Amino acid sequence: MSFLKISSPAAARRLFLARSGAALSGAAVALLAGREALAAKSGDSKAGDVRILNTALAAELEAVAAYQVGAESNLLQKPVLDLAVQFQGQHKAHADLLEKTIRKLGGKPASAKAKYSFPVETLKNQLDVLRFAAGLEQGAVSAYLGAVPLFATRDLSKAAASILGDEAMHWAVLRQAIGENPVPAAFVS
Amino acid sequence: MIEAVALAAALAAGDPQHGKEIYARCLACHALAYDRVGPRHCGLLGRRAGSVPGFAYSGAMKKSGIVWNKKTLDRFLADPMHTVPGTAMTYAGVPDAQERADLIAFLAAAGESVDCRAR
Repeated sequence: MSFLKISSPAAARRLFLARSGAALSGAAVALLAGREALAAKSGDSKAGDVRILNTALAAELEAVAAYQVGAESNLLQKPVLDLAVQFQGQHKAHADLLEKTIRKLGGKPASAKAKYSFPVETLKNQLDVLRFAAGLEQGAVSAYLGAVPLFATRDLSKAAASILGDEAMHWAVLRQAIGENPVPAAFVS
Repeated sequence: MIEAVALAAALAAGDPQHGKEIYARCLACHALAYDRVGPRHCGLLGRRAGSVPGFAYSGAMKKSGIVWNKKTLDRFLADPMHTVPGTAMTYAGVPDAQERADLIAFLAAAGESVDCRAR
């Protein structure tokens, strides 16, 4: 199966890295540079924001574990394997940023579980793994979309939107790899 | 009048096929048959909130006193964080009543599936 039908995988990876790296580093700088807005919020607002961030962190940590299962399954061939590892690295970057932000707000970040449950018995080939990953990424896009309007701190909404954009790109690339329309609609929900 | 009755009937019944598409939004945190960031959905209807053994619920959910049925799910899914303040389901909700009805119809149908019954 051709991984990317529109562009070469190497070119797509370069483009993906350039764009997502720039967006995420911008969000990270805004959050970690000690913005006054983070410090100025009331206790209730901070607690609410920490709760939202912790749910996102838990999902990111699970995504990292899911990609690890895919990478170790021996079902992925290059360049798909490389891309899966790259996506996993970006989920790790999201998790790192979320963890640091939670600490900055005075919260206690969620930890990775000792063991995750995944439907490994249903993953028989590369296509199965890609479909599973695409489902997780689609869900992640929806989860961030549902979180963006909830933050009391607008900078956190911006950071969540930045992560949403990255995960939407993951989803699109995975849909392309599966042979589905990578961008099936004008809006996500 | 007839249109209003038809709309009410559609909302009451829900379309599980469309609900399956809506359920894709839940897949960052939930699965039918196993616990993830959120608890499993097999057996959801009729279950007391916060009662899946071994799952680490928020205190708010454990204390909510909710029993999940079509009515309570509809209310929660419309606005989770205001329905159960302190819930870990930090999600804005599904504002469209028909989409909620379809999602609940899917969850009900999935609960009767072979996969769920085997759990």
